[in-house]
Amino acid sequence: MYPRSFDYVAPTSLEEAYGALGDDSKVMAGGMSLIPLMKMRLFSPGVVVDIGRIPGLDSIDDSGDHLEIGALVRHATTASSDAVRSHAAALAAAAALTGDVQVRNRGTTCGALAHADVAADQPAGALACGAVMVVGSSSGTREIAAGDFFVDSLTSALEPNEILTSIRIPKAGPGEGSAYDKLGRRGGHSDYAVAGAAAWVKKSNGSIEAARVAVTGVGTKPQIADGVAQALVGTDGSDEAIKAAAQNAVEGMTVLEDLYGSEEYKTHLAKVYVARAVKAALANAG
Amino acid sequence: MATKSALGGSVRRREDPALIQGLGSYVDDITPHGTAYVAFVRSPYAHAKITSIDTSAAEAADGVVAVYTHDDVAHLGDLIAQVVVVKGRPLLANGEVNHAGEAVAMVVAETTYQARDAADLVEVDYDPLPAVIDLKDAAADKALVHSDLETNVVVTWEAGPWGDEEGIAATKQTIADAKARDDTVTVSIEAVNQRLIPVPIEPRSVVAEWNQGYQRFRVHSSSQVAHALMGAIKTTFGLDANQVHVTAPEVGGGFGVKLNIYNDEILTCFAAQKLGRPVKWTETRREAPVSSIQGRGWVATATLVGTKDGEILGYELDAIADMGAYEQNFTAAIPFLGLFVGSGQYSFPTHWKATCVFTNTMTTDAYRGAGRPEAAYYLERVIDAYCREIGADPFEVRKKAFIPQFFEGATSPIGFAIDTGDYATNLDKLAEVADYAGLKAERDKAREEGRYIGVGVSAYCEVCGFAPTALSELGFSWSTYGLPAGFYGTGLVRVNPDTSVTVVTGTGPSGQGHQTTWAQIVSDRLGLPIEKIRVITGDTEESPMGIGTFGSRSLAVDGGATFTAAERVAEKARSIAAHLLEASADDIELDADGGHVTGSPDSTVSWDDIAAAAYLPHRLGESQIEGGLESHVIFDPPNATWPFGAHLAMVEVDPETGDVKILKYFTVDDCGNVVNPMIVAGQVHGGVVQGIGQAMFEEAIYDPDGNLLTGSLLDYPIPTASDVPFFTLNSTVTPTFCNSLGAKGIGEAGTIGSAQTIVNAVVDALEPLGVKHIDMPLRPRRVWAAIQEARG
Amino acid sequence: MEVSMTVNGKAVSGDVEPRTLLVHFIRENLRLTGTHVGCETGYCGACTVHIDGKAVKSCTMLAVQAEGADITTIEGMASNGELHPVQEGFWERHGLQCGYCTPGMIMSASALLAENNNPSESEIRHGIEGNLCRCTGYHNIIRAIEYAGAKMRGDEPAPPDWERGGE
Repeated sequence: MYPRSFDYVAPTSLEEAYGALGDDSKVMAGGMSLIPLMKMRLFSPGVVVDIGRIPGLDSIDDSGDHLEIGALVRHATTASSDAVRSHAAALAAAAALTGDVQVRNRGTTCGALAHADVAADQPAGALACGAVMVVGSSSGTREIAAGDFFVDSLTSALEPNEILTSIRIPKAGPGEGSAYDKLGRRGGHSDYAVAGAAAWVKKSNGSIEAARVAVTGVGTKPQIADGVAQALVGTDGSDEAIKAAAQNAVEGMTVLEDLYGSEEYKTHLAKVYVARAVKAALANAG
Repeated sequence: MATKSALGGSVRRREDPALIQGLGSYVDDITPHGTAYVAFVRSPYAHAKITSIDTSAAEAADGVVAVYTHDDVAHLGDLIAQVVVVKGRPLLANGEVNHAGEAVAMVVAETTYQARDAADLVEVDYDPLPAVIDLKDAAADKALVHSDLETNVVVTWEAGPWGDEEGIAATKQTIADAKARDDTVTVSIEAVNQRLIPVPIEPRSVVAEWNQGYQRFRVHSSSQVAHALMGAIKTTFGLDANQVHVTAPEVGGGFGVKLNIYNDEILTCFAAQKLGRPVKWTETRREAPVSSIQGRGWVATATLVGTKDGEILGYELDAIADMGAYEQNFTAAIPFLGLFVGSGQYSFPTHWKATCVFTNTMTTDAYRGAGRPEAAYYLERVIDAYCREIGADPFEVRKKAFIPQFFEGATSPIGFAIDTGDYATNLDKLAEVADYAGLKAERDKAREEGRYIGVGVSAYCEVCGFAPTALSELGFSWSTYGLPAGFYGTGLVRVNPDTSVTVVTGTGPSGQGHQTTWAQIVSDRLGLPIEKIRVITGDTEESPMGIGTFGSRSLAVDGGATFTAAERVAEKARSIAAHLLEASADDIELDADGGHVTGSPDSTVSWDDIAAAAYLPHRLGESQIEGGLESHVIFDPPNATWPFGAHLAMVEVDPETGDVKILKYFTVDDCGNVVNPMIVAGQVHGGVVQGIGQAMFEEAIYDPDGNLLTGSLLDYPIPTASDVPFFTLNSTVTPTFCNSLGAKGIGEAGTIGSAQTIVNAVVDALEPLGVKHIDMPLRPRRVWAAIQEARG
Repeated sequence: MEVSMTVNGKAVSGDVEPRTLLVHFIRENLRLTGTHVGCETGYCGACTVHIDGKAVKSCTMLAVQAEGADITTIEGMASNGELHPVQEGFWERHGLQCGYCTPGMIMSASALLAENNNPSESEIRHGIEGNLCRCTGYHNIIRAIEYAGAKMRGDEPAPPDWERGGE
């Protein structure tokens, strides 16, 4: 309940923020993941760099061929943004199913991605929608593909001196659609994902031309299920085709048992939710 | 009477204006000037020897006032339980820890943050010992929880009937004979009634002050039993009852958690006395599972034998119940409360046995229902299994087995006297209001469409309103707290000189609305408006004695006392009015305006005049009436009360994921006469949802080493608004003769009736797949696994 | 560190450690004890307050993060002695028992209704998912919020369940 002492910095520019980062520091945006860990004393950084006062990071911009979601865009904004809902429905749906109202009012999409929880919703959405992470530090900016961003449980590709300043998501073209679905720990959609899946598809002439599918909750990190996408491409997207492709849901992944599911159950659920997400994505693709 | 009776009305609650404006005062809101704060150092091991404790770094830390270990408090002794006393809890671990989270040292500092910082600096070395967590291992004494005891078994409760060895042998024989018959079937289930963490939303808190001049403690604690705490403090510190003033202000939910005397309460008093300044401890949510009691924790085999056409011939329960590492308050008596209702509403022979064992886990004690949900769960689950086995309707089978209606007492097969019951009428009403036939048709239609919908039912018999004081012969009292106080009720009613009314009662409410219900009772007797009546609870100085609020006892026992006290005050007011009006007291009626002579509206004396005469006794002249206008009643009912009812749930299961959704939920409860139907409905709603929580989500999971894996709300999900439906409540009314109100008690009924209703419904939903049993909680993983297993 | 903010319309300030949680600043520095602490994982919602009109959990926020913020706590909900419709709804429809979750619940419900004063049952249930109540089973909380919504729309609230007989 009572965090350990730390130094607090609230920079008003990214440059200032980069200057404050070091090995014993932690970036805080909304604090929805960080503060509970600090209260439980499971994590106690020496310096908290609060980026919440840096102007210009709280908008969703339409940049021609992609949307750019800034580091301070709250889950609630991502979830209700018309632009995100039409171009990245999977991410919007995942944001809408993140936490609860109060968490969605404070927590940020970029913060949830940087936290890299194995059972979080938005990483799956970002993966399926082909997001690119824009990462800054005092030595400049680099871009990381979502597929390379999630490294392990609570571990992203961010270095201690880096900040995830925004994510870029390609805008949906004709015949493209995405969706996210999960089983929550409480059943239904409530709480973290026991297993969840996001899917993005591109339809053309009655068949699936391209697909990207991501799974969360079942393993060591949210990750892309390549085998599903490969099996989907070229099919007509029928229930049978989806079901067959979904069999590859955890191919190449390490599925881990936890309080909410055995390895067998999580493997099964991943297939179920991959199929549900693909079906919904196809419906969204019109 | 001229005033309409206040009894039976859904009066808006008197407690609410403060609470909805954030103006209620809970213990953690009370911070006397100069308060210091406590944090505990807790064991990471379930069982270990403590080889050393180094407090020097903590003592040197910023803001630290004191650090205490067992040696500092050894002279105060251990906490001692009621009823069965085998092993009490040391205030701080005495060289050995017996469950993870046991308090080893106590830090007092200037701020809460500093107390926590310093607690982290206390260095404790442990030498781990084998821990016993599994109940069957514990019962088999595979390792001993306490090396100074010869067995982990604390006590075994057996009945059929209770206290009758020959009767038990005969019952066992009857059941064995029935099993041996060719025309009978025997159905058995082994099921877990899992451990639960109660989670009142207000964590416990205690503030203690010691006045060296007056030699008195002033203590605020979030307690359901202020007087018991007063007793424990006075006994521990060698004081008189009038040297300890305990109040329980607003209490944010109790559910049995706060019906206990805790080491932290005593230790906070100790520190306050030692340091000469106010000291406060407030539990954090993550320590609550190890600083406050847990509930349930049974594994049992339930067996039913009956004919193939639906006549039940006998029932057996063989249970092991988890006590945790120490006895707390009623710990080993909780299964005994289950035994009381071991045969439910039924007349068939019952042999019931529960073996209580220590394990290296946090203590269990009373959690809403306390033994009775467990008893009802096994009985009602195995009846359903039997119905399924013989293809009989669960309503019909139950009705055939009920004890026929009785209004002047009946004896249950388990050997206890039940006050009143009308079970078949109640179950019939459930079938009617839920449209049982319609729901079954809906279920069958859904099945044809490939959906898995189930309908589940449970009847239940509750025992509550804990009284009479004769139960103290079995140990149900506060005697170990130095108070010869059995389970009576207290009510003091005083019309003040300005005609406002003060009521003092021995309850310790935590949301049950006693301010309102008690005011309704007193208003009904006196005629004075509810707005003029103030009710004081949970205060050891205002109330000469009080037993507290638990076991759905407050209205039946303390409410009964208050009713009688109000009647006596009314009687006196009539006498005074009669004197002033020169009429006969028998002819006086009371209402909001005062006393009137029946049939003579002009012959009236106001309440002001009645009160003035009471407090200026010279005005009473030669009447022989004593001054004052108050009465204090201690009420010892002839029996506990025995509410009952039946619940029905309709659920849908997603067979692909195991996800369960509750579609509909109906209750028909019978708690006798009702004072405030709105409050009673609220108790049912909340009780049902705690049962649903057990059925669907909640489980205290320990790993084999005794680490609690579900210690935060992150891992221990309690129901949210999204998890439950609206409820359809109905009632039948079978009053008790045990108190003047005819009221039985409703606090726990919802919980006692609900868990098995949900599980029966889910098993029903999955019947087409061949599923016969699933253990709680029905998390999707478990439901899915049961489906896979049934499919083979 | 010095922090300043507006709480219930009043400018307040105080000297806090960076680690001081906003809920502790509100309860201990400002002595506004209607905002409660029920957990430490941000699950129970008893500490919910409004920051710039949005419901947030004050136990999962540092006081220093609230620098310059406009905060409303439960104590600021009634105005000129008149209860907020949500407070009235909780009283009229028995939306509380022990009252401990109630301030947070009222703050969440009022934020929900400020955005949509005619929510469906399901929208209400999802809207208060971040607030745990252990007493009421939520039934009467939903009814209380329905009552408040009706009042805010200028409609006549539906009669209470206990007057509907049966349901």
